Amino acid sequence: MSQVTMTVNGKEMSGAAEGRTLLSQFLRETLGLTGTHVGCDTSQCGACVVHVDGVAIKACTMLALEAEGASVDTIEGQAAPDGTLNALQQAFQDHHGLQCGFCTPGMIMSAADLLKNNPQPTEAEVRHHLEGNICRCTGYHNIVKAILAASGQDVSSIAAE
Amino acid sequence: MYNFDFEKPSTIADAVSALGTEDAQALAGGQTLLPTMKQRLASPSKLVSLNGIAEMQGICTGDDGALCIGGATTHADVAAGAGAYPGLAGLAAGIGDPAVRARGTIGGSLANNDPSACYPAGALASGATLVTNAREIAADDYFQGMFTTALDEGEILTEVRFPVPEASNYQKFEQPASRFALVGVFVAKFADGVRVAVTGASEEGVFRWTEAETALSGNFSAEAIADMAPGSDGMISDLHGTAAYRAHLVGVLTRRAVTAAG
Amino acid sequence: MPKDNGIGASPKRREDVRFLSGTGNYTDDIQVNGQAYVHFLRSDIAHAKINGIDLDAASAMPGVIKIFTGADFEGVGGIPCGWQITDRHGEPMQEPAHPVLAQGKVRYVGDQIAAVVAESVEQARDAAEAIEVDLEELPAVVDMKAALADGATKVHDDLTSNLCYDWGFVEENKPAVDAAFEAAAHVTTLELRNNRLVANPMEPRVAIGDFNRATGDSTLYTTSQNPHVIRLLMGAFVLGIPEHKLRVVAPDVGGGFGTKIFHYAEEAFCTFAAKSLNRAVKWTSTRSEAFISDAHGRDHVTKIELALDAENNFTAVRTDTHANMGAYLSTFAPSVPTWLHGTLMAGNYKTPLIYVNVKAVFTNTVPVDAYRGAGRPEATFQLERVVDKAARELGVDPIALRRQNFITEFPYATPVAVEYDTGDYHGTMDALENMADISGFEARRKASEARGKLRGFGVNCYIEACGIAPSNLVGQLGARAGLYESATVRVNATGGLVVMTGSHSHGQGHETSFPQVIAEMIGIDESMVEIVHGDTANTPMGMGTYGSRSIAVGGSAMVRATEKIIAKAKKIAAHLMEAADADIELKDGAFSVAGTDKSVAWGDVTLAAYVPHNYPLEDIEPGLEETAFYDPANFTYPSGAYACEVEVDPETGKVTIEAFNAADDFGNIINPMIVDGQVHGGIGQGIGQALLENAAYDENGQLLSASYMDYAMPRASDVPFYGVDHSSQTPCTHNPLGVKGCGEAGAIGSPPAVINAVVDALRSGGHDIHHIDMPVSPSRVWQAMNG
Repeated sequence: MSQVTMTVNGKEMSGAAEGRTLLSQFLRETLGLTGTHVGCDTSQCGACVVHVDGVAIKACTMLALEAEGASVDTIEGQAAPDGTLNALQQAFQDHHGLQCGFCTPGMIMSAADLLKNNPQPTEAEVRHHLEGNICRCTGYHNIVKAILAASGQDVSSIAAE
Repeated sequence: MYNFDFEKPSTIADAVSALGTEDAQALAGGQTLLPTMKQRLASPSKLVSLNGIAEMQGICTGDDGALCIGGATTHADVAAGAGAYPGLAGLAAGIGDPAVRARGTIGGSLANNDPSACYPAGALASGATLVTNAREIAADDYFQGMFTTALDEGEILTEVRFPVPEASNYQKFEQPASRFALVGVFVAKFADGVRVAVTGASEEGVFRWTEAETALSGNFSAEAIADMAPGSDGMISDLHGTAAYRAHLVGVLTRRAVTAAG
Repeated sequence: MPKDNGIGASPKRREDVRFLSGTGNYTDDIQVNGQAYVHFLRSDIAHAKINGIDLDAASAMPGVIKIFTGADFEGVGGIPCGWQITDRHGEPMQEPAHPVLAQGKVRYVGDQIAAVVAESVEQARDAAEAIEVDLEELPAVVDMKAALADGATKVHDDLTSNLCYDWGFVEENKPAVDAAFEAAAHVTTLELRNNRLVANPMEPRVAIGDFNRATGDSTLYTTSQNPHVIRLLMGAFVLGIPEHKLRVVAPDVGGGFGTKIFHYAEEAFCTFAAKSLNRAVKWTSTRSEAFISDAHGRDHVTKIELALDAENNFTAVRTDTHANMGAYLSTFAPSVPTWLHGTLMAGNYKTPLIYVNVKAVFTNTVPVDAYRGAGRPEATFQLERVVDKAARELGVDPIALRRQNFITEFPYATPVAVEYDTGDYHGTMDALENMADISGFEARRKASEARGKLRGFGVNCYIEACGIAPSNLVGQLGARAGLYESATVRVNATGGLVVMTGSHSHGQGHETSFPQVIAEMIGIDESMVEIVHGDTANTPMGMGTYGSRSIAVGGSAMVRATEKIIAKAKKIAAHLMEAADADIELKDGAFSVAGTDKSVAWGDVTLAAYVPHNYPLEDIEPGLEETAFYDPANFTYPSGAYACEVEVDPETGKVTIEAFNAADDFGNIINPMIVDGQVHGGIGQGIGQALLENAAYDENGQLLSASYMDYAMPRASDVPFYGVDHSSQTPCTHNPLGVKGCGEAGAIGSPPAVINAVVDALRSGGHDIHHIDMPVSPSRVWQAMNG
């Protein structure tokens, strides 16, 4: 076991990790941040996406020890301290961009990564960017719509809520 | 996963020394290695992370005009920073998904040499030079079949040097589940001829389609290889496509790559 | 202006806030003090005799607490099957034993041989690798028809064959159906496979067993769609724990789609082991494990024939289906190809004669059970494919042929035992035609052709049966459960309400939509109503959520309980206003006396119920809490018409969905936003089935698509924005809300539209193709085009 320290959602946190401890495991089990989910073991579903030093990565495919000294942002750090949802989270609620909620943390973190680098993406760019995030509930319709809306684009012509 | 020791050296020399331990293995981006280890299909005694080695990061242009990419450079960085070689930047931009591209590295991909990975096609078609801590290896000598390369145990791919072609393009037809290449074709047109490398199709891993190279070197147009396809012997046949289908796709994608390369 | 409260409004979902901020409480998020972890050693061989299991080395591994095998479960019940089918000869189906851990034989890749409980997951896994199992491989039975051949290896040695049942429906109709085919002017025949699927809710299954030695109480936390069903099945049939000593909790559940209905061995194991070890035991499935342990769906092979007269009226339908059960009977497996499939073979059409034959077959594969739609997608797919083929053979417009044969008068008794109460099939088809811009199709096709692509248009209808009922009927059909739903409505002193429902929400948004109903009934704001579900300790016995039953059955139970609340509250109000009960009216959250200006607020009445100072104690009890169990009189019958437009790349065979439109009739709608979302999700899954998903086995019983590396899940880039229309609404006549159920429609209605469109596209390119089996992967399409 080694001690690993990282800044998570702005707070310095540390805990013990084995070589094989994944970042997702460390966040969930050691730090108790269970908002980051694990939906597969082949690095495809994206439920575990977090930001490490500002970049979206799959926390199930990164060793906790690799994050030593890094700044990690998770779903738990997205809303304001008083619980007010950020614009992207709010758009997901406004446009019913989630159902069971399991893929949602990864979707939010991936979408935030997209909008940071491409503030006004096209529909095709949104869909392409979600290549590594699988949702089984929504058929993606309202997820794509919510992300477009969060980017400030008019989504009123997109069929149905 | 089986447990292992972890080291994260900051120089190539230290990494080489750390890899001297029996059953030690280099950890690049880990996007293939870690899922493999989760399935307990690999059991290194030690993982040596190459992600803390500054000298293995980044893209520059060499004196001979070649694009030099550090072995630990991520796909995302190549996609964004290899503007001098649009075909290669396009290839990097299509690997996996954004989160995978943010971690996965060129060195990791080429060292693993997955038969469906994209980079082997780019490196082979470019006639790249693969630089290790010990030597330089020509791409034509480097790829030695599925998951097999010229690398020795403990040898680290530190840099890849890509001669920049006059025109290039990579066409990837995705396997619908993994989104690896069901077939991927990289076409690179140099002053002295055209190189065509194919990934995803062959049981022998990435290969050069020399018949198309010859035809395209004389006439760089899709018409020059109209109706041409490699034989299906030795092509992969699986749930996602027969050998004949893969062979057919090689022809289609090569034509599309030539057209797109312009 | 749309409503902002009550029925028909689309308030934002209240559950979203916790899901969006990472504060949901999914089963794997639960850590019970001192919990140990179990890893199941699963067979990697499809069929083998267990000659011996040597645990010595493994038991000595670090962290190992105990290793269990089948021997530890002798005397413990097996995993029960919840539905018994009677075959066409009047005999009960063959029902094999289904032990918690394998005994004597393993019967599919994934069958549990041993369970290692250790201090950590990795230690359990390490030890599992050290178990020495002596397996003697037997021939694997994979193909259903081969499984029924004389001399085939038997999956279960104590059964007479691999045939679970041979079901005929309606058996008495068979001679008349056969005669109708003799007399037909035209017969269209189609053979097809409904591909095996893996449900793949994004949350893998998890079970945590806990035991309190002081009280003798067992608790199971599990990813279930129906905690009470698990409590009953596991308590009564497997472990012998009475319900009052067993609590089952299904907290936030990350999607179900059917595969989390069933009682699984892992749940029983964790509950059993927790008691045996006096320690909580947790199991978290990996995704790869889910592929070989979650019940699969579909996997029917069917020959369907449609008879038509000279005027193109459908005169008869005859089908012959082989349905894969897998190696054991999962909880509701036998009902899927029979009562959930045969009864839907009339579809939207007034075909007078129908005969359905289903042979359910055991194979050395993962058990197969209900997956979103469950039987109804299989019925719809065959029927809508054969109707499309008939239209092409006859040279008539596929929509016109459908319209000509629509049922138009309701109620309508089908020849397959069900009675549709309401519907308007022309209405949904009209809505679809408006959305799909059919007149513009030829121009779009030309534009595609100019780009070297083939374009196709496909349409289909569907009929669905939700909220399977009533209990006494389904009991006669073999169900070993009731199919009612329950609700307890508790009104607090200050007027707020808590509804404890037996329905379970795992994405459906009950916490938002159920309060809308009560808000409408009482005339209060939705925020005054809270929903409690998912815990047998604090909800009445209920049957859970599946089969699109929640609002139709669970919602109706809630309405019935609320009606009792209102009736009692009116009595209290009458007392407070010194008026007759019959004169009291409830409107906008206030009780008034008809024809007067006397009124008391809802909160005054609820307070009086709990502080009964001025109260008719001699007539009624204090308090305001009521429970209702609702057992529906019939199924509900949503219906609709779907259209898909595809482009096919003739060089690669790749199909892209260019447009998808859906017109559904769900009767009355409580929350349009949620209903649309349900349809979107169903269409996404239907497109997945049609284009991408395939749980394929090789001849040795190895699952070839056993992870996301080979099982293609639909991604955002595989689908378009969908058009949905729910303007056609014929309310259900037999439930108090007039609602029908919307959860499965999208998955039922979409696969045939996609395949009809692909066939249309290929035919437009001159390929004489009538059918391609799903999924229409690029290689299959290319193969079909190139012979």
